Amino acid sequence: MLQLTSLGIVLYVFWILLSGYFEPFLLAAGAGSALAVVLLSRRMHIVDREGHPIQMIAAVFWYWPWLLKEIAKSAWDVSRIILDPRLPISPVLVRFKPSQKSQVGLATHANSITLTPGTITVEASQNEFLVHGLTRSSGAGVIDSEMDRRISKVEGYR
Amino acid sequence: MSVALEILSWICIAAGGAFCVIGAFGLIRMPDFYTRVHAASITDTVGVGLLLLGMLLQAGLSLIAVKLVMIGLLFLFANPTATHALVKAALSRGLAPLLAPGEDSSKR
Repeated sequence: MLQLTSLGIVLYVFWILLSGYFEPFLLAAGAGSALAVVLLSRRMHIVDREGHPIQMIAAVFWYWPWLLKEIAKSAWDVSRIILDPRLPISPVLVRFKPSQKSQVGLATHANSITLTPGTITVEASQNEFLVHGLTRSSGAGVIDSEMDRRISKVEGYR
Repeated sequence: MSVALEILSWICIAAGGAFCVIGAFGLIRMPDFYTRVHAASITDTVGVGLLLLGMLLQAGLSLIAVKLVMIGLLFLFANPTATHALVKAALSRGLAPLLAPGEDSSKR
């Protein structure tokens, strides 16, 4: 119920911000659309801890600034590799086991690795991540990383 | 709009543009598909991020700023998903990645 209410509010705010009109008819149409989407999502059973993870919201605002900092750092490193005349790359594939328990935690981890320049998640499952790294050190950097620990904390299972 | 904000905004936009060019440059220089994707990720994280930040400073506090933030969030969620799908499809169709000497792609 909490998740359905939250989804409805988020959808309605999204409507208002995108439209920018505040006439009664359009406000009512937005409320009707938001309600319809909430009811359809409930019928499809996609509104739960995984589909609308409100338990992660508070923690994620601590995680995102850290992730942006990491993206900026590794983007700088990859830019230097691209502009280096010798092109010092040493592509590697690494496998490791992520510590997240839920699907949404694993998806967050896999997406965070891919967002960070220099590393891409090729395969993601509960037992194993396969990551392509642009250099040996960037490949080795994803195994049991600080990112892994931080996302397990954000996930909220421990 | 104050001059300082204007200058800061243009620094962000110019830097964003520069990172987009670096990404494109890497796309040409890298030797195979997988390493090229790494170069492209420069463009769609820092390049796009700095461009949006510069435009945010131009927009000030308005609905346009909110929409720019939404575009940024869309990028942060949709981009890694698309990249992952692309790379996974390439590997499962048997496109062997070029690896550094001494690295074995079948290693577990």
